[in-house]
Amino acid sequence: MSADQILQYLLSGITTGSVYAVVGIGFNIIYSSTGIINFAQGEFLMLGGMISVSLAPHMPLAAAIAIAVVATGLVGVALQLVFISWLKNPAILRVIIITIGLSILVREASLHIWDEKVRALPFWTGSETSSLAVLGAHISPQVLWVLAASALMVGALTLFFRFTITGRAMRACASNATAARLCGIRTSTLVTLSFFIAAAMGALAGCAVSPLTQTQYDMGTSLAVKGFTCAVLGGLGNVTAAVAAGLLVGVLEAASISILPLAYKDVVALAIMLAILFFRPEGLFGGRRAALAGVR
Amino acid sequence: MKRYLPVLALAVLAIGVQLAVTALKAEYLLTQLTMSAYYTMVTLGLCLLMGYAGQVSLGHAGFFAIGGYTTAVLSTAGTAAIGFAPWLSLPAGVAASAVIALVIGLPVLKLRGHYLAMATLAFGFIVSRVILGTSLLGQADGISDVPAVRLFAGLALTGRRSLRVQNYYLAWALVALGLLLAVNLLGSRVGRALRAIHGNEEAAAAMGVDVGRYKLAVFVLSAVYAGVGGACLVHFNGGIGPGEAGVMKSVRYVALVAAGGMGSPAGTVAVSAALTFLSLRGAFGLYDDAVFGALLVAIMLFAPEGLFGLVPARRRK
Repeated sequence: MSADQILQYLLSGITTGSVYAVVGIGFNIIYSSTGIINFAQGEFLMLGGMISVSLAPHMPLAAAIAIAVVATGLVGVALQLVFISWLKNPAILRVIIITIGLSILVREASLHIWDEKVRALPFWTGSETSSLAVLGAHISPQVLWVLAASALMVGALTLFFRFTITGRAMRACASNATAARLCGIRTSTLVTLSFFIAAAMGALAGCAVSPLTQTQYDMGTSLAVKGFTCAVLGGLGNVTAAVAAGLLVGVLEAASISILPLAYKDVVALAIMLAILFFRPEGLFGGRRAALAGVR
Repeated sequence: MKRYLPVLALAVLAIGVQLAVTALKAEYLLTQLTMSAYYTMVTLGLCLLMGYAGQVSLGHAGFFAIGGYTTAVLSTAGTAAIGFAPWLSLPAGVAASAVIALVIGLPVLKLRGHYLAMATLAFGFIVSRVILGTSLLGQADGISDVPAVRLFAGLALTGRRSLRVQNYYLAWALVALGLLLAVNLLGSRVGRALRAIHGNEEAAAAMGVDVGRYKLAVFVLSAVYAGVGGACLVHFNGGIGPGEAGVMKSVRYVALVAAGGMGSPAGTVAVSAALTFLSLRGAFGLYDDAVFGALLVAIMLFAPEGLFGLVPARRRK
């Protein structure tokens, strides 16, 4: 393998990896505020892509994306309010099955709204033929957009959690919901907000990758599984560690293409996840707490 | 004796349906009824795992597919090369499911809750991707022209029209046998141990129940049920496609178990047979998957004990 090729794999790995990271962060945000793993997380990327693709012919691209992000966020809020908020201390198995059912409903609804055709958003700048030369490798400008969007979201989220009252309240809620309530924090509102943030972030990532990887109604499940891989790899509940984990999974997956048949690409990420779950369930960077929640 | 009532009811119902269908000259319905029996084998096994051991599996379509594909490969490509008795491919398929369940189960069952759900989902995903990527398994086309398996006394596992009634009874006899095994198992020491695990793992362990071993045993047993269903259906249908391993299929099995009542093998058989039959007849049309998704959400929100859980709850009031 030449140096150029390695660079090419690295770049494509980082691109897909940053999308997985965003999905993983979505899992983490909802998990840390509710203890729920939302199996419908991948569907948010699909919804974001689909809505923006439908709106794009009628308005400027930026407006279409903004509407798609907000609309998907509201779908997340609706799912939480209608299906999850009123359950009191539900068993884990019950919530898992509910979110899986919701993911199917969202997917089937999209199938009936948009049919099973593969769609793509136009490139944000340039076209599919334009490319930038980076250290000898050729990349689409859209790759930079994906990376920028992911970096922006991670940065904004970090600032939000660290410096705003609401963000700090969410962290308090995650670390001890009862204590947070005693301090006068409305935990139920924050839970709803966490669904909005997770869904909206997913939608933006879905819009950013749509020109590169296309959008299809059934893309959610594999994204959810890979996003979850990143979440556990980084340590469940550890928001920023999912970024490093996402990039790692993306690069490994891209590298696998040069060794294994293309059809096995998806298997790599999943095998990583299984290995991590078996040998280091607290994640590569996580503490023991996350591990204790799931394994004993 | 009360314990065997469901098995008896199943036998009576199976005979009744066959007689009714024949009397109405609608014997074509027996084909889908036979198929739904084999799918019901999967849900019956999953019911033991979910309802009694309290472990979720989102990868059971994987075990169904492993059973089915193993016997399909052996009986199409394998026999000429290996030259063994053709019917042996059936137990080989079931054994493959069991062995893989054992290997996967050892590490996977140490996980709980979300982790277990995701790990089994990932397992199902891997099986379906491997099928799609392997030319021996026919990739996206699947395997067709799987021959009939000749059993005893002129009986054969086949979709041939002349043997439709026999195959219907063969399939439902297998389900009845599975149900019998399940109720016997649950009424025994093993059943009590499983219920204890479901209630509280630590408490069960403290009472001397070997939690890990029981969980693994039920996991393998449920994979055997799925493997039997898959292996038999392949010969009945004469082929298998990658869709059988899909994640949506696994979720569907979970939905059927949830609707039938996780603690009720009889309820699971009833709901699973009825809904699978309707789905195979195309009763849900384009909304097939949506129906199962909606069922899953509705049951879990309003009747986590399953459809039949609703009845006694009302009586108690």
